[in-house]
Amino acid sequence: MNFSPNENGFYGEFGGAYIPEMLFANVEELQHKYLDIINSERFEKEFRRLLKYYVGRPSPLYYAERLSKHYKTNIYLKREDLNHTGSHKINNTIGQILLAKELGKKRIIAETGAGQHGVATATVCALMGLDCVVHMGETDVKRQMPNVLRMKMLGAKVIPAMSGNRTLKDAGNEALRDWINNPTDTHYLIGSVVGPHPYPDLVAKFQAVISEEIRWQLKEHTGSELPDYVVACIGGGSNALGAFYHFIDDKNVKLVAVEAAGLGVDSGETAASIARGTDGVIQGARTKLMQTADGQIIEPYSISAGLDYPGIGPAHAYLHNIGRSIVMDATDSEALKAAFELTKLEGIIPALESAHALAALPKMKFSASDVVVVNISGRGDKDMDTYIKAMGM
Amino acid sequence: MNRIDNLFKHKSNNILSIYFTAGHPTLTSTVDILSELESSGVDMVEIGMPFSDPLADGPVIQDASSKALGNGMSIKVLLEQLQDVRSKVTIPLLLMGYINPVLQYGVEAFCKKCSEVGIDGVILPDLPMNIYQESFQKYFEQYNLRFIFLITPQTSDDRIRMIDSLSSGFIYMVSSASTTGAKAEIESSQVSYFERVKGLGLKNPLVIGFGISNRETFNRACSYANGAIIGSAFVKMLTETGDWKDGIGKFVRGVK
Repeated sequence: MNFSPNENGFYGEFGGAYIPEMLFANVEELQHKYLDIINSERFEKEFRRLLKYYVGRPSPLYYAERLSKHYKTNIYLKREDLNHTGSHKINNTIGQILLAKELGKKRIIAETGAGQHGVATATVCALMGLDCVVHMGETDVKRQMPNVLRMKMLGAKVIPAMSGNRTLKDAGNEALRDWINNPTDTHYLIGSVVGPHPYPDLVAKFQAVISEEIRWQLKEHTGSELPDYVVACIGGGSNALGAFYHFIDDKNVKLVAVEAAGLGVDSGETAASIARGTDGVIQGARTKLMQTADGQIIEPYSISAGLDYPGIGPAHAYLHNIGRSIVMDATDSEALKAAFELTKLEGIIPALESAHALAALPKMKFSASDVVVVNISGRGDKDMDTYIKAMGM
Repeated sequence: MNRIDNLFKHKSNNILSIYFTAGHPTLTSTVDILSELESSGVDMVEIGMPFSDPLADGPVIQDASSKALGNGMSIKVLLEQLQDVRSKVTIPLLLMGYINPVLQYGVEAFCKKCSEVGIDGVILPDLPMNIYQESFQKYFEQYNLRFIFLITPQTSDDRIRMIDSLSSGFIYMVSSASTTGAKAEIESSQVSYFERVKGLGLKNPLVIGFGISNRETFNRACSYANGAIIGSAFVKMLTETGDWKDGIGKFVRGVK
């Protein structure tokens, strides 16, 4: 399986590298070197070693018996929540930190929304002894405090982003500005399949391990590598693209991407970038984004800091455009309900992001023989404040 | 003749260009600021088209952009405001901004309207060279607009030569690796970059921007290039000075 953009970073009409000249040298260096580096035997060996012994991969593919009974079908949960640091984000940060070392970079910067990518970045920086600066919207600093404290304990400097809505997009803007001001020694470790080429492809290739494992794990469970559905949430879209990646050519596998509707897709308070988006350029890529008729980016809203982003990775815009993916959405309250349902039926507290994927289940029609894989991209520890409030405790 | 070409034909040094954000400090201040800049002796102006996510800009221009958007500025409104600008202002005018609002307006329609109102050039830092060439160069040329590319200390000599061959008007030489308004001076490390570029013998004039804020930095920049651009320092003056009409003359006299 090789789902890749063309040499200029385009998936169909989406992608590319819309960057100012100040970033050109850095981005060009990555564009020229990333494939040779990540395809080298040495890199591959070290990447796989760390995924196995440090991250704890493969993550289990768990048959959720009570959840399956509830939906009268067969549901398997891909347990990315059991990874070291608590989400799928570590797959990408392990890959990119090895890449940054190959490029001789000394300082790592990252943006984070929910803080999962920030924690995963701070973790690999501690592992490799590199300086780490994480930009995080001030709003998210407040609503994801446990992760802020973890980053600090791991030695990262957390800089609150004070522009815009002070959420994920603004953290990304500040990280890009940081990179412009520090062009020689710094690697920008982007956390999702967004940004200028080659980031969408780079991050997709590191996250593809998720679907690579699902295939052989599912064969152990059912005798077939192919499910009927793969369901994942999308903010920028890295866990979804990782979960879809090795199934893109298998046309009978339905790929379901669940966006965060916030208070509702038509409420004006939403992060459903495909449902409410039009074509444009955001943070270096041509893709679907929420914008005004004048081309100003609309501030998104979601209860989930990790999905609170007005754009979508260009590969997802492409998969949607060609009809390969099915895009659904879930509101804040639907996601909360799904989180409590999984907790009650299976004893697994999911991240609010992953709860959006689960919230698509009651809206879908399954047959008793269907095989449904839901990617549990992260665990809910960081969301306890929100869950406690929802319980009225 | 395009006014930018005409300017550089008749003047080869100490060209002072000013950047400000349209719609700031007030929605309707744009044309008044232009008139005031011309009568103060400024040679050329970049009018900023505000964008919600200006990722190459520092806090001063971010703030001006967000205020301008709050005031109701957009490309459509700006081009309407500029409808009669050529009855009042004769110096070269450029529009500078980010690609997304221009894409939504429509690149061809944008070029056509720019040409109708008398805009001479456009700077869109996040429109990459290859996409400009493939998709948009034809419109800029058809409507006699100069498309200005940036170079930075990290831009290789080969790439600078490529940009030079593709450019017309002038080359915008970013003085250091930074966002706008990040530095208020020129450091010695930048001088070797200025000298390197000067030594390349490019066909296009060079104008230095970023980090130019006063007479000292302007004069220093002009010793390596045909002119220099002041942005953040001027926008900051507009933000902070109640009587900005009076402030513009003072600001320009303080530089020239």
